[in-house]
Amino acid sequence: MTTETDQAPGRAAGRRAWLRDHSELGVCALLLALGVLVLADALTMDVDIAQRGPVGPRTVPVAVGAGLLVIAALLAVDVLRGGRGRAEGGEDVDLSEPADWRTVLLLSGIFLGAAVLIEPAGFPVAGALLFWGAAFALGSRRVDRDPLIAAVLSLITYAVFDKLLGVPLPGGPLMGVL
Amino acid sequence: MNALTSLLDGFGTALTPLNLLWAALGVLLGTAIGVLPGIGPAMAVALLLPVTYGLDPTGAFIMFAGIYYGAMFGGSTTSILLNTPGESAAVVAAMEGNPMAKAGRGAQALAAAAIGHFAGGMVGTILLVALAPAVAELAVDIGAPDYFALMVLAFIAVTSVLGSSRVRGLASLLIGLTIGLVGLDQMTGQQRLTFGSLQLADGIDVVIVAVGLFAIGEALWVAAHLRRRPAEPIPVGRPWLGRGDVRRTWKSWLRGPFIGFPFGAIPAGGAEIPTFLSYVVEKRLSKQKDEWGKGAIEGVAGPESAASASAAGTLVSMLTLGLPTTAVAAVMLAAFQQYGIQPGPLLFEREPDLVWGLIASLFVGMVLLLALNLPLAPLWARLLRIPRPYLYAGILFFAAVGAYAVGGEVVDLVILLVIGLIGFGMRRYGLPVLPAVIGVILGPGAEQQLRRALQISDGSVTGLVDTPFAVTVYAVIALLLAWPLVKRAVRRGRTAA
Repeated sequence: MTTETDQAPGRAAGRRAWLRDHSELGVCALLLALGVLVLADALTMDVDIAQRGPVGPRTVPVAVGAGLLVIAALLAVDVLRGGRGRAEGGEDVDLSEPADWRTVLLLSGIFLGAAVLIEPAGFPVAGALLFWGAAFALGSRRVDRDPLIAAVLSLITYAVFDKLLGVPLPGGPLMGVL
Repeated sequence: MNALTSLLDGFGTALTPLNLLWAALGVLLGTAIGVLPGIGPAMAVALLLPVTYGLDPTGAFIMFAGIYYGAMFGGSTTSILLNTPGESAAVVAAMEGNPMAKAGRGAQALAAAAIGHFAGGMVGTILLVALAPAVAELAVDIGAPDYFALMVLAFIAVTSVLGSSRVRGLASLLIGLTIGLVGLDQMTGQQRLTFGSLQLADGIDVVIVAVGLFAIGEALWVAAHLRRRPAEPIPVGRPWLGRGDVRRTWKSWLRGPFIGFPFGAIPAGGAEIPTFLSYVVEKRLSKQKDEWGKGAIEGVAGPESAASASAAGTLVSMLTLGLPTTAVAAVMLAAFQQYGIQPGPLLFEREPDLVWGLIASLFVGMVLLLALNLPLAPLWARLLRIPRPYLYAGILFFAAVGAYAVGGEVVDLVILLVIGLIGFGMRRYGLPVLPAVIGVILGPGAEQQLRRALQISDGSVTGLVDTPFAVTVYAVIALLLAWPLVKRAVRRGRTAA
């Protein structure tokens, strides 16, 4: 009796460890889904009128979609046989610690927020918030210095691009006042 | 001699005060951005793309030439002083350069690297001047089937020569090809993968893909694994070399280019293989073998010179055939496309001012690099101390500026983030980024050439192999594909014997 109850959580933990160890199978699933998507889009395409020449707009997407399915399968075989994609190193990358998902999500959220703000609030405001928010998410807590750097960087960038380089950026209401 | 007169005209273009200013600005910006830890040359060029949007094409590419060489030199500074090379080509520079810096000879290591870059770039660019027009002339008659064969060669070369896993390289290439499919079909106007969205009908801009994969993907990836204590850079003074050092290194500087250039010119490029080869050669030829691993100056000079020459070599295939083989060349090709210019055999005929101005400014850029970077090296070294939150927040900030500047569309920022998240996932699971970028850039062109070739042959597949050129290219592809099998067979034969 006792052994059975001991084994059940052990098996569940084992399965979880297996899944974590084989998380690369998720990449295979994504490639598979992408392949199905590309194939479905290509096959539902209405080509009768548009076709010119022996090869229509469908051929290459069908080939790419099929390729994605094949690669998804090959990658799955490789992973199950013990092959692993090596995570990329770098100057500031420390792979010995587990991934910090909170920072990644926070950064993505801040980036989206800035994208939403750029037109109503203007680039100087949205850009400054993006820089400050990202620096905060990455662990900088200098409340006196960070917003100042963000504001100056954003304003200079706006001035250089919009006025000097001739690349238009939205000024927003703030620039309308100044 | 025709090339020589064209080159002189090119210098006429490059040496106007304004263009000289762009070149100097490019070198400074490129070095400053390239020195920053975590930013390789490809990301530096991608991030600096929007700066050139307001310029005319010639000025923009002159600036690019400066950015390119500056960023490469900046990258070696980082690996010598920090010993945590961000890209594979800089690994070799760290092997001898960092021990030198630790032993208090950082100034000499930087000088050997800078002069190595100068020598390699000079020899490489001279070879480029000698070879490129000839290659362009040979290639000028090639037709659709030949182009298609060349593009297939580029796809195979980036997926199977570079990187450690072919399956993962191919997966990355297919992701890129899929992104390239989005939008209206160029020949029939049929919507593909647009899901009825008007914004997607225009396709996804290559610049957004490059910035997303290189800059956003990298910043998010580093953010997930940020070192709690960044590596401490070794302080360094003004680079200089004693007479003894020069006597040891001058041959290495001159040998490097002849190893680097051929590897850059063939579409199996990248500086990874030639820098390592140069390292091995220098080690074998060195008289002071006991110094190796503890800071042998030839081990910095040779590989750096080879890396610089291989960069010049990649420009041969990029300018004459329109084939990018490295990440930087891919981003530069994207920049050409932004201006509606298609690199290829006809480029030398259609845009002689631009091409020769660009080539001449490579020479100018290298002189500027040497003149500016030797005195400024201590300043660059200080950039290594930038607080990491500011650095990566800055990358996100400028990536957003770049993507928005492409078309002034908010939806581009959302696409940028999505592609950045794809880049993050690719780094996590060891999918190389370069094949995806090459897929996006060359995919649509390859499809067009394929369809054109098949249209001419009326659908018969033999139309793809009916020129000697195409057959040769396919033979090379077959060789590339068979190479690992051959190698395994040879190794097995050796162990059996």
